[in-house]
This record gives sequence, structure tokens and C-alpha cells, in this order.
Amino acid sequence: MATLDSKVPKGPIKDKWTDYKNKINLVNPANKRHIDIIVVGTGLAGGSAAATLAELGYNVKAFAYQDSPRRAHSIAAQGGINAAKNYQGDGDSTYRLFYDTVKGGDYRSREANVYRLAEVSANIIDQCVAQGVPFARDYGGLLDNRSFGGVLVSRTFYAKGQTGQQLLLGAYSAMNRQIARGKIEMFNRHEMLDVVKVDGKARGIIARNLITGEIERHSAHAVVVATGGYGNVYFLSTNAMGSNVTAAWKIHKKGAYFANPCYTQIHPTCIPRSGDYQSKLTLMSESLRNDGRIWVPKSLEDVKAIREGRKKPTDLSEDERDYYLERRYPAFGNLVPRDVASRAAKERCDAGYGVNATGEAVYLDFAAAIERYGKEQAKIHNIENASDAKIYELGQAIVEAKYGNLFQMYEKIVDQNPYKTPMMIYPAVHYTMGGVWVDYNLMTTVPGLYCIGEANFSDHGANRLGASALMQGLADGYFVLPYTIGDYLADDIRTGKIPTDTKEFDEAEKEVKAKIDFFVTNKGTKSVDYFHKKLGKVMWDKCGMSRNEKGLKEAMAEIKTIREEFWKEVSVPGTANEMNPELEKAGRVADFLELGELFAKDALTREESCGGHFREESAELDGPQKGEAKRNDKDFAFVSAWEYKGEPADAVLHKEELEFKDIELKQRSYK
Amino acid sequence: MNLTLKIWRQKDASAKGQMVDYKVNDISEHMSFLEMMDVLNEQLVNSGEEPVAFDHDCREGICGMCSLYINGEAHGPDRGITTCQLHMRMFKDGDTITIEPFRAAAFPVIKDLVVDRMAFERIQQAGGYISVNTSGNTQDANSLPISKHAADEAMDAATCIGCGACVATCKNSSAMLFVGAKVSQYALLPQGQVEAADRVKNMVAQMDLEGFGNCTNTGACEVECPKGISLDNIARMNRELMKASI
Repeated sequence: MATLDSKVPKGPIKDKWTDYKNKINLVNPANKRHIDIIVVGTGLAGGSAAATLAELGYNVKAFAYQDSPRRAHSIAAQGGINAAKNYQGDGDSTYRLFYDTVKGGDYRSREANVYRLAEVSANIIDQCVAQGVPFARDYGGLLDNRSFGGVLVSRTFYAKGQTGQQLLLGAYSAMNRQIARGKIEMFNRHEMLDVVKVDGKARGIIARNLITGEIERHSAHAVVVATGGYGNVYFLSTNAMGSNVTAAWKIHKKGAYFANPCYTQIHPTCIPRSGDYQSKLTLMSESLRNDGRIWVPKSLEDVKAIREGRKKPTDLSEDERDYYLERRYPAFGNLVPRDVASRAAKERCDAGYGVNATGEAVYLDFAAAIERYGKEQAKIHNIENASDAKIYELGQAIVEAKYGNLFQMYEKIVDQNPYKTPMMIYPAVHYTMGGVWVDYNLMTTVPGLYCIGEANFSDHGANRLGASALMQGLADGYFVLPYTIGDYLADDIRTGKIPTDTKEFDEAEKEVKAKIDFFVTNKGTKSVDYFHKKLGKVMWDKCGMSRNEKGLKEAMAEIKTIREEFWKEVSVPGTANEMNPELEKAGRVADFLELGELFAKDALTREESCGGHFREESAELDGPQKGEAKRNDKDFAFVSAWEYKGEPADAVLHKEELEFKDIELKQRSYK
Repeated sequence: MNLTLKIWRQKDASAKGQMVDYKVNDISEHMSFLEMMDVLNEQLVNSGEEPVAFDHDCREGICGMCSLYINGEAHGPDRGITTCQLHMRMFKDGDTITIEPFRAAAFPVIKDLVVDRMAFERIQQAGGYISVNTSGNTQDANSLPISKHAADEAMDAATCIGCGACVATCKNSSAMLFVGAKVSQYALLPQGQVEAADRVKNMVAQMDLEGFGNCTNTGACEVECPKGISLDNIARMNRELMKASI
């Protein structure tokens, strides 16, 4: 059994990373040419890591299941990326970004990692601008910022509502430069199906060519997994259709501990679902909460009238509306963190105030912002006594410039014009803070096996603040891993090429092939999606925005039953040796069916409420915080790292105790 | 609504393909086009047939993976969207819908509706980047002001999602809107100007090598582009190329 050693360096928090970098081993440039690194996943974390490692001189093999690295789901991140630049002079600093992130994560992240993240955040912006990322600028030509939930400063850099796209295209361009030089060998339309260990170290992977179905062996001196989060365990989420847990789960089964699987972010502003055929949910950026006000009607009669189409939301006067976030959280209002906003929406909808046919929607209203901007513009342009229509027109132009693409997206999906009538939104699964356990070097419990970006657990604790995912992905890939991996690889300069014709590769390949053969020959009667939807329903109902002991125990049993039925009844058409999307899905759902059970077990074990994990048994019973989540620092200030032991229910818990030396543990109050 | 679908089926790159008719019933107008395809595929899986392969991933119009040619139009009859954002409310009960892959010599079919767009990758590798290593020691992001106008224009060019609709829709299978967008993004920014001449020459040379056609200014690409990339980018690319060649 591996012991959990976070390997956090000694010394004051602000010097840890600098001192550590000064002392770790380096690999000289001539030796880097003889070292191979596999990077699985090419989103912001994997793409930036692959490019940087290749620039340094390592031979990189990068893998993506899409037809291009540019299509990884980081591309869909909308709102922005945080950095402690303090360009606005509003009191921001490395410490404040660190503090906000630890607090936002409800004190369940590792201080040293988060401080390092805040420290390198400013470099990310410099690097991206140098790469030609067209961030938004003001009229003086300097970079513009917006604010995001859970913080009191404006530190979010953005490129319209497509920040993730622009940052990913930046990393992708850096990759292209290295692909052209031959330093990155790119394997598009390939999926990693297992990791190969030799003498306890990660030395390669087994991958499937998704065009030909061929099973391939790839060796390297180190393996980096950057395959994103597992939100699709819920079937419906804002993740891409192909987003999956497979790589992370396979390495878990080979010895990497899986940390805090129950920490899931349910994002408050997504387009509500419309029917059973729904394949995915669409996020409306959190940045909209800068200017949008969230409300439901005060009276249930109005709710009924709206649902029946007798009234329109615009018919309701200010007095008839309940701006419940502003009411409950006057200090942060509509900009409370995501977990708080989501639970507040659920609370209103559960009480019967949901405004659409399913009863699961609240309004996000821009009328006030349009009016405010319109008046401001009228003043700037010296228009006296501007008519309401003119003010509206001027204000709409500003809102369109800020969020135009999001409004267009909403209109295409819902068929309503959000400039004229409030948007309807409801929480949806968006991000998973949990993931593969890593130490300060971003190495898992398997030597030579690294995990970066959303796929690891390290920086966001129990809740991630907006615009921090992009920051972490790029920090890990550009600025952290390229240093820490060198320390490990310094011992490998004499190893030479890792052969793939060994028994370790034989065994791993045999196992992978056996599973594929099972799928294409099984005479089942039900489609992969049938099982995925069934799993998703259990996850949403019992491991969703609020959880309780009874529900979690039921979830564990139900998921096990679904899994057993899956292995008997799943039907996969086609063959193994061709492009076969159903076969790809089958492998991914098989892993979700195991992860789901561990998820429920983790949630059951954590008998406290923290961040995205709300246990109904652990809420404040009275006082000013009545009904809010109640954390239990005495018993639960630890990371749950699960060791694989066969059945998910048999996983063994290892605890990494969290120490808070630089931040005082406090109840998170946004009131 | 009930629909008839005429779909291109092709076993693999070397097989001969053909159009095959399918029926789907009870399609809701609120479904997205790809959700309608999911319904068809579920139907096929349940009857033991092979589902139709098509590329898709984010399903929110940004990854550029989806690529269908629907009733003779790239990404279907609506404007300013990708196939995954197309909704069935654009169709009527009883309609027959023709669904083909993006067709171009440089985009060979891999299977059914899935095409190989590696040509786009190679064009980007030929110069679609600024040569700056990751160091953390580049100059402060605000030390070089860039006019809002230039930054906004660069952003408009940079929103290209690389789906290939411009190529599929062009009668010459030209990739000039795609290449022009990338060339423009960097040409508009001071960071990109150092390598501007080499970039445009190399990217255009690779584009020609891949077998894409030339632009004859019909403007169809701009109309079908899900991100509204402007034809101005092609003009700017030509100007950059001219400048680089003198």
C-alpha cells in the first residue's frame, strides 16, 4: 500500500514554489532528446503540457479522441480566466486569489497547490497574449476584466464568451509548432484504454485507433493523463458527448488513488431540459450573472399563470418578483459562488416556484442591465431626454457586445429572444472537482504517472470558483508539470527506449482486447445509452444537488444492479476492427458504472456538507445561517483518496489531512 | 412530426457509398437535429442494425466536430449555427431530409457521414502559430497596448471553429476562408507581425498542396459559416500574400 505523501515543500507558503524549483533535478537538453513522454488528452492542460514539454526537448506523443486537439472540451469554456494581475487596482493580489480560491473551495483543497496556482496565474496571461490570444481590451488598448462569482475584485480576463476557445487555440497553435518540428507526434482519433506499468512505474499505454479499431502499444518514460472530468456519469451534463472517465478510471484500477469523487459542481446557469430525448445540457456563462438578475415570482398564482401562458414574466412588476439571491445574500447578491446559487434555485423550485412546464427553471433577467447601460451610453453620447426605446437600443448594444454569442445560442435552443424576455435557467452538472489524487508534483500514487487539469483533484477543494478551471489547466500544463516531471525523469537518462514487446504490454493488451471482444460478441438486448440514462437518473436523483444517507445507500445498490445488468444485456452492433462509436461508448459507460458507485460511497462517507457536496443531515438549524450548509472541520478536513480493490464498494479509504496554516478556517458566508 | 431521411452510408474509406432511406416518427420540434439522429440510431441499434456514424462532440456549436450537409447546405437550413445547434422546428411534418457528409477532395470520407479533415491540421502546422516558447518570462501583457478595434477584429477572425463548412459549401472546395481567418488573426496583432510574411506563404502553399480550390468570390462560405467569418479575411490574406511576395 502506498502512503499518501503530498510532498509539499517546507518553508513559508510564498517561497515554497520558488525555492522548490531552484532545488529540483533538471535534465540536460541533450538527454531530453532520449526521453519520451505520453500525454493523453489535449485540452488546456494536456495541450499546454504537450507543447511545453516538446519545447523543452522531450519527445512527446499526444493522444486525443477527437479529430484534432482543437476540439477538446476546454473549447466550450465561456466566461474567462482568473489571474492576479490587479490591473484594475481594486486590491487584488496573489494572496487574495489564493484566499478566494481556498475559501470558494470550502477549505477542502491543499493550500500549497492553490498558492502556487495563484502565483503562476499572472504568467498565464502574459504567455497567452504573447501567443496572440485576442483577449478583450478597453479603448486605451489595455486588457479588460470582468468579475465572477464568489469574489470581490475584477480579475477575470476574457475573449467575448469564448475564452476557452481562444486559450485552447493558443495551446493548439503552440502544439502545431511542435508537431511541425516533429517534437510532438500527434495521435488524433485515438483513445487510451489502459496504462502499462513496468517494475511499478508507468511506462506506456494501450490505445485504440478509432478509425481502424487497431489496438496499439505506446511506450514512454512517463505518462501524463489530462483527460478532463467525469460529469457525464450523470448522462446529462454540460460536458461534451465524448467526455469520459476512462483514462482516469483505468489508472485508478492500476494503482492511482481516486480522490473526492463526490465533489461535483452543479452550475447554476444552464438552459433547462426540455424532454426525455435530451442528449446534453448547455451552459450559459456565469459571467451573465454580472449583469443578469435572478428571480422567480413571489406568488404561486403568478407561477401558475406563467406556466399556463396566461401571464408573461415581463407582466410582473418589481414588487411581484422575488430576487431570492439578492434577498438571501445581500453582500454578494447574484454573484454568490456556484454551489450556493444552484442550491438556492433548487430550493425555490422545490417550493413550487419553478417557471416552466417542468417546474425546474428560474429567470435570469437583463432588463435592468440594459436600462443601466442605455442610460450610461445616452450620457456618454450627450443624448438628452432619451426615449425609453432609445435607452433600450443603446443598452442592448452593450449587452450584445458583451454576451452576444451566448444570447444567440440561447435563442437558437429555446426559440425565445432573451433581450426581450428573461432567460430561463436551471442548474446542471458542469465540472468535477474530484479526480485522481496527485502530490505537489502532480504525480499520482503510481511513479511516473501524472495527472493534470480537471482530471486531478488538487486545486478546487469542494467547489470551484468561476474562471478557475482554465487557470488551473494552463498553470498545470505550462508552468508546473514541465518543472516537476524533470525532477522524476532526471533518473531516467540512462534507461533508453522502453520496449513494447514485453509481458507487461502483452498482458495489458490482452485484457483490453478481451473486453472489446466481449462487447462485440455479447448477445444483449439493450443499447449502451439505455444503461447510461439509467445510471444518470440514479446519480441525479440521489447524488445530485443534495444528498442523504438513505439515498446514497440506495444509489450504491442500484448502480451495482445496473452494472450487473449491463454486463449481461448490453448490445453493441458492428465489429471491433472499424470505426464503431457504439463500442467506444460501451467502454466508457462500463467505467462510469464503476465510478458512480465509488462516487456514492464517497458521498456517504463524507458526513458533512461542504462546497458542492450538500448532505441534508448537515445543515445549520438556526441562527442567521439557518438552512445553509454546515461543514465539519473537526472530523472531515481531509482528502478522501480511494484505493482500488476490485468492486467499487470495497475501495479502501486513505486520508490526506489538510493543514491550514495561512488561512483561518471559517464558515463560508456570502451574506 | 414524422420524417423520411435519406442518409449517405459508406462502410469505410475504400467502400462505395450510397444513399439509404430511413423513417423516424414522433420527432419533437424542440429536439436538436443531432438528437433526432440519436433517435434514429437508437432505433437502428434496437433492431440490430449498425447505427449511422457522424462526428459530434460538444453539441453547443463550438468544437467544430459536427459536419453534416443537410438538404444541400452545410450545417443545414438555419444560419449562424452548426449542425448540433440546428433544431427540428426548422422542418415540417412529412419532410424528406437529405443528409450527406461534407464533400471535398481534400476531405475524404472515413465512414458514413464522418470525414477526414487532417488537411486543416497540416495547414495550421505550416504556420498557424506565433513562435514563442513557454517561459513565464514574456513581457507583461499590458506593456504592449493593442487598439480595441484591432483586438476585436482579430477576435472576430479567431472565432473560426475549423469545421470545414466553408470548404463543403464552396463550388471550388476552397479553404481560403479558413486560412484567411487564421492569417488575419495574427496579421492584425503586433505579436503576429514578426512572422507574418513566412506564415502566409507557408500556409497558402500547404493549402494548395492539399488540393483545395481557389476563391472565385461567390461568398457562399461567408453565408454558411456558423461563426460569420467575413470574406474580408480572404482579402486580407491575399494582401498579406502579395506583401510577402514582393
